[in-house]
Amino acid sequence: MSSHSSELTDHQVIADTLLSIECLRVTFPGNDMPAVRDVSLRISKGEVVALVGESGSGKSVTAKAAMRLIEFGGGRITGGHAWLENGAGLQVDLFAQSEAAMQKIRGNRIAMIFQEPMTSLNPVLTVGFQLFEAVQRHQNVGHAEAERICLEALEQVSLSEPKRRLRQYPHELSGGMRQRVMIAMALACKPDLLIADEPTTALDVTVQAEILALLKKIQRDTGMAILFITHDMGVVAEIADRVQVMLRGEVVEEGDVHTVFSTPRHDYTRLLLDAAPKLGSAPASKNKTKETTTPALSVQNLVVRYPLSGGFFGRVRANVHAVEDVSFDVARGETLALVGESGCGKSSLAKAILRLSEPTSGRILLDGANFLEFDHQEMMRARGGIQMIFQDPFASLNPRKRVADIIAEPLEIHRIGSKAEIAARVAALIERVGLPPEAADRFPHEFSGGQRQRVCIARAVALNPSVIIADEPVSALDVSIQGQILNLIAELKAEFNVAILFISHDMAVVEKVSDRIAVMYEGELIEIGPRDAILRAPAHPYTKRLLDAVPIAHPDQRRDRKLIAREIASPIRSVGAEPVPFTMDEITPGHFLRRSLHA
Amino acid sequence: MLAFTVKRLFGVIPVLLVVSLMIFALMQAAPGDPVSMLVSDEASAEDRERIAAAWGLDQPAPVQYANFVKNAATGDFGTSFRYREPVMDLVLARLPASIELALYATLLAIAVGIPLGVLAAARPNSVFDTIGSIGGFFGISMPNFWLGILMILIFAGYLNILPSGGREPWGLDLPRITGFLTLDAVLQGRWDALVHALRYLALPTIVLGTAMTGIIMQITRASMLENLGEDYVMTARAKGLSNRVVLWRHAFRNALVSVITIIGLEFGALISGAIIVETVFSWPGIGLLLIQGITFRDFPLITGLVLIYTTLFVLLNVFIDILYTIVDPRIRMR
Repeated sequence: MSSHSSELTDHQVIADTLLSIECLRVTFPGNDMPAVRDVSLRISKGEVVALVGESGSGKSVTAKAAMRLIEFGGGRITGGHAWLENGAGLQVDLFAQSEAAMQKIRGNRIAMIFQEPMTSLNPVLTVGFQLFEAVQRHQNVGHAEAERICLEALEQVSLSEPKRRLRQYPHELSGGMRQRVMIAMALACKPDLLIADEPTTALDVTVQAEILALLKKIQRDTGMAILFITHDMGVVAEIADRVQVMLRGEVVEEGDVHTVFSTPRHDYTRLLLDAAPKLGSAPASKNKTKETTTPALSVQNLVVRYPLSGGFFGRVRANVHAVEDVSFDVARGETLALVGESGCGKSSLAKAILRLSEPTSGRILLDGANFLEFDHQEMMRARGGIQMIFQDPFASLNPRKRVADIIAEPLEIHRIGSKAEIAARVAALIERVGLPPEAADRFPHEFSGGQRQRVCIARAVALNPSVIIADEPVSALDVSIQGQILNLIAELKAEFNVAILFISHDMAVVEKVSDRIAVMYEGELIEIGPRDAILRAPAHPYTKRLLDAVPIAHPDQRRDRKLIAREIASPIRSVGAEPVPFTMDEITPGHFLRRSLHA
Repeated sequence: MLAFTVKRLFGVIPVLLVVSLMIFALMQAAPGDPVSMLVSDEASAEDRERIAAAWGLDQPAPVQYANFVKNAATGDFGTSFRYREPVMDLVLARLPASIELALYATLLAIAVGIPLGVLAAARPNSVFDTIGSIGGFFGISMPNFWLGILMILIFAGYLNILPSGGREPWGLDLPRITGFLTLDAVLQGRWDALVHALRYLALPTIVLGTAMTGIIMQITRASMLENLGEDYVMTARAKGLSNRVVLWRHAFRNALVSVITIIGLEFGALISGAIIVETVFSWPGIGLLLIQGITFRDFPLITGLVLIYTTLFVLLNVFIDILYTIVDPRIRMR
């Protein structure tokens, strides 16, 4: 480090600085434009810094560069320094360290947790072993002592039954539990800095709240610093001391969290702030009391169960009660948002409505006709009346077809119009969803995520359907694009007078699009009503918990949440299980609450 | 585990029935009368009838098949037309030779192919990777018989350091216990016999193992590359683990599933498909036996051999299925 000794004095100026990144520049091969340009970032001891931006902004690249992990992803650090306080008051430049020296720092002084808890743990090694190897790598302790540290780390992240968890494999744990394991692994060696790369993005909002509370508590208890990478200003408001906003590889705004939220200077920051949920603070929806005669979609007492078989002869041992006696209507020109956490039965319900899976019982009426009784021919015709917009626009478009062919396909399948008529309709649709005419001859890979979703929307409305099921249509998009797509969906809803069943777990999005909201929990519809009634006066305890878990996008409204290790409810019931009788009470006009009639 | 294994073993029965029916039907459809293989050209019509009756060939085909299945269930595959010995005895005498050769070839391929594949994946597009890939490609594309003859020419001919064929030298008085020469030699402490056995194994093993080495290397490389891009590898690196640990403990453990699949399939193919190599090296295995059986239209021998191949192959797959569950805890035994 002698070559840097002359610079040491400069970096002792700011006391308490733990990590100081200066003028970082990262380049990827085959791309002249650096992915990160002249990014500087300072983290003090015990400070929580949020690095905010959307995909491609360079926030993850910056974090991975700080750990020198970016080199394993093909990137190269082509400029800058990263001064880490070495524990004795001196600064060492991480970018000048050898790989061997970095291995002593990684996991020991700087630890990192990642976005995807489902794939971030090694599936073939036990949780205990993965913790154990981290401890053994950096701490000079015996086997028994290392095991004790592992157990302690799991207890620290409030994981239930820590002893049993050690012997389990990652696939036996839920997403939230895996993220706790990741945090435990990162904390096991008591790092000075934790880099958390979108650690809650892939989690349900209730689980997100738990993980955030946990991180805050651990941060307070241990005094470690956190570099928190996110795109969600709500999360930033919950946890950060300072904020740094990145856009296209550059820092566009930085400052104290209160200042940034109260007086954002950059337009982009304002856009991010607007995208965050404001539950209940949105303008009240116009009270449309249009009494339509027949709802476009009417789901009546729908039950979907999957048998679980096992044992030597594959007997049905139990049933997964994915959807239990669910009823609701959606009128033309109305958006019903279906919310609930993963595993609550949202997707099973959507699949049944699309008749991609056969429901166990119940009726589904499309424009008044129960299509579950239709034969193959009738169903073929009816399918045109229900269309779907999928979550991932990258996976839901055939990569070998041109956009015009993709949009024309439903029209051709249902033999609507001559070739010329179809071509004219496709051209009109392309223009309507805001794509340039020349888009028709291009392939999906030539478009961005938002543009692709526009293609998906054009395809969905091509047949003039009565109902569109939109399954998390914007959750794969950046927040700056989300708004445009949501507006487009709202416009088309009015224009085509279509009923939209909008499935989402993101309350900010639900707040923007929905006329009414239905809440599902463990396969049951527990509450349904007008948007404002649900958001402002939730009646069911679960709905309250769900809304309470949504981060409020202002640091002044920061709340302390209780850390409750919650059991994950299981939808598996024994074969003969009787459904619990219930009634839906109308508590205010149009606002229904499920009440069990069980004694 | 036990229930799973038993269930899988029961699943073997229908497979064997279908295969036996197919091979039996093929034999019936084959041109030529098997009786003519059993009698001399000058035999009288009565002689022919007598012999046909003695071998059961005068019965209608369904009865012949029923008898065959009934006998096969007790391990009796009939008597070879040519050798006039029970098929089962013929096969059992030669099967160890084939399995031993296939086993050593597989071990060689694993020992060479896996490390090369892992190292190639660790440095993709490096000089090492390129040379490895070209070498692997050569290994896969080189015809067995040509490589065999080349090896005999070099090592047995010019250099004269290894035997050109056969399994053991004349007069190697080694009592058989398992039929695997190397194992028998070790069990009896006959180190001289072990050296001999290994010298005879060397060339056929290399020839047989070369293609498999190339395949295993390519599969290992591809599977490793895929796994090295996974999130958990980044997690492992973020823990500060060394490159060696990340490669072998984390990525390789996950890459193993596809590698095992290929090893299993290839091993099965080696037992049954070593015919050419066995012929080139006069290796007294079942491949050679099958060739002879086909030449002499020895129906019981062919049928028996095919069924034994099938059994081995299916059992091997059951074994691999069990291995999967050990390697990857996500694969449940059902």
